[in-house]
Amino acid sequence: MAVRVAEEWLNACSGCEISLVDMGERLLELLEQLELVHMPVLMDHKYFGQLGDRDHLEIPEAQVGILTGGIRNAEHLEVAREMRRKCDTLIAMGTCATHGGIPALANSFSTRELLDRYYSTETTDRPENIPDQGVPEQLERCYALEEKVPVDLSLPGCPPHPDTLYAALMGLVLRSLPELPGKSVCDACPTHREGKGALRRLRRFLQNPQYESSEPLDRMRCFLEQGLLCLGPVTRAGCGGEQKTPRCISARVPCRGCFGPVKPQGNQMLDMLNGLASNQIDIGSLPEHTSLLRFSGAHGLLRSPSADEEDPWQK
Amino acid sequence: MAEVITISPLTRIEGHASIEIQLDDQGEVRDSKVHIMSLRGFEKFIEGKPAEEVPRIVNRICGICPWHHHLAANKAVDLCFQASPPPVGQKLRELMHTIAHAEDKLLHFFFLAAADFVLGPDADYQARNLIGVAKANPELARKVVRMRSKAKMLLERFAGKAIHPVAAVTGGFAKPLSEDDRQEMLKEMREILDFALFTMDFAKNQLFPQYLETIQSLGLITTGFIGTVGSRGELNLYDGNIRLMKPDGSCHEFDAQDYADHLGEHVEPYSYAKFPYARSWGEGFSLDLDQPRGIYRSNCLARLNVAESIQTPRAQDELQEFRERFGRPAQATLLYHWARLIEEIYACEHAIEFLEDPEITNPEVRRAAEPKAGRGVGCLEAPRGTLIHDYSTDENGLITRANMIVGTTHNIGPMNLSVRQAAQSLIKAGDVDEAVLNTIEMAVRAYDP
Repeated sequence: MAVRVAEEWLNACSGCEISLVDMGERLLELLEQLELVHMPVLMDHKYFGQLGDRDHLEIPEAQVGILTGGIRNAEHLEVAREMRRKCDTLIAMGTCATHGGIPALANSFSTRELLDRYYSTETTDRPENIPDQGVPEQLERCYALEEKVPVDLSLPGCPPHPDTLYAALMGLVLRSLPELPGKSVCDACPTHREGKGALRRLRRFLQNPQYESSEPLDRMRCFLEQGLLCLGPVTRAGCGGEQKTPRCISARVPCRGCFGPVKPQGNQMLDMLNGLASNQIDIGSLPEHTSLLRFSGAHGLLRSPSADEEDPWQK
Repeated sequence: MAEVITISPLTRIEGHASIEIQLDDQGEVRDSKVHIMSLRGFEKFIEGKPAEEVPRIVNRICGICPWHHHLAANKAVDLCFQASPPPVGQKLRELMHTIAHAEDKLLHFFFLAAADFVLGPDADYQARNLIGVAKANPELARKVVRMRSKAKMLLERFAGKAIHPVAAVTGGFAKPLSEDDRQEMLKEMREILDFALFTMDFAKNQLFPQYLETIQSLGLITTGFIGTVGSRGELNLYDGNIRLMKPDGSCHEFDAQDYADHLGEHVEPYSYAKFPYARSWGEGFSLDLDQPRGIYRSNCLARLNVAESIQTPRAQDELQEFRERFGRPAQATLLYHWARLIEEIYACEHAIEFLEDPEITNPEVRRAAEPKAGRGVGCLEAPRGTLIHDYSTDENGLITRANMIVGTTHNIGPMNLSVRQAAQSLIKAGDVDEAVLNTIEMAVRAYDP
């Protein structure tokens, strides 16, 4: 029997959905095993009935629910709750759903500051009021899914690799939830380390690392040992799919943490700064620290100094 | 029986939107609105971040066109830091941009839009999708997913990440292309070109003819157009002047650095997304269906309308045939699909041109840069339209101010007009069924928002 699946995107970019369709012919094989009952990017099921005449939002019952994106507005919250009610197993797919992702960088600012800037750029005819007709109310910040609804399985990644998604979804067809390794990107990184050096400061990524382009990655020295910030030590492994090699590293570019912390509750910024300090590297050589949390700013880790949590902008 | 019909969510598009149609007591369409539901605030939250990091942050604006955000941002940061990538660094960026265009058009045409043509707008909604297409034509579906995935994996193999790329960097590109990679990519791009040519023929001979009447009438509006052109007015997806065409076909061009003198963004109370319009036309902004003001369209149809020609032979042949059939500017909304397939051929041919030149394997791909105070406007054609990233930096190279105009947003005003036109012509005396509502949605889907 095909597994009934409902899928929705919340405060997301669609990258996770596109990663799903990037699995090539395996997608067709998978779709034969699944019965999609709701998935806005690929199919036409509607919240308010196919004639748009019902007065409340409804998603059909499913064995598996997949949600991408965090929760930023009232509609995201309503959809997440409806998915939780209707799905036996709920999967948080992608780092926005598991840790807030890039959009949670907004949590260092108040919602009012975001809106004020967006509606006052140099090309904008400033409106008297912020749009409020038929658009969902913004919440005070961007939440990871599990801050608002219980989640059964977290699959981080920005986006998760098509290989990982295929394995996870095939696992569901076989009625087993996959186990994810609790390793760091460094554990999967082929670059070589020569041990502690005299490094005291980090440089910005404004020139390429030293490497011989005709040589494989394992002949290149670790980014951090070359004095370039790399979040590999504090980031969960798994971005490379079946090839295993971390994807940014294979482009000769350092990791910025897109799979979130190694342990789900970790703090990538604190862990990284601690790691650097304990190796006598001057953390003042980094131009700023907020973007060390660029993928995991939900769960209250990034906060706005000016936002009053009790008093959302509307009131 | 005055009532409101809500189509929510809009489906087989990217992102969150809904349509609200208001009927009067006679069941005629009084008004309609397209609500754009989400706002994330990138303009604000990249403030204070090191500019060289921003191209790998703003790519998350869109998971379908992350390469275009990544590259527009890199152009802007290069200008802020007065960095000048070596020629091959530039070429590798443009090659990635071009392959991403080729992949995106296959995605939109086959995965999102095709079900309406292959199965028909009135097919059962449970089958009217990729899975239904796969059942109706398994061989085609297999070919489509294989070709698209090929283009995507080609990006991933060379550049590490295909979605949310990282390989373009301040001052150039992170790694050179090896001779083996060049040969492999060339072979694969030639296969994708063959598929693009097959798709054009297939659509022209088997899909479009049965819908010609719908194509000429659904969502039909009269607007201006925007696109980027090279020095001879030819289509250029990556670099050049921005050209704005009025509905009567007259054009003016400007440098992207001056975009704010020519474009404005209007705000309506029912949409978080703003409505760009042609400020320099001096007629203001209006979504009056009979007399819109300041309204122009972007994306493939717009680019073909503003361009004098296409530099690659097979796409140029198609453009000529297109113009002979539909005139210039072509206004029919569903012609976006046709135009998309012509651009698909161009993207494949252009990528092959890059790959046929062995110079592309030159290892000098990046020049070192220094953080600086400055300002830069990075502009290129994303699949959905002219994309503008405008940043300022302080002396430490941190972002102090950002403004972005994203490709899709140019078409928000036109989508509202097309939806109202479609609703008014399709809904009479309150008579609504699923096929009618899906046909109205097709007027949005054509824009590929």
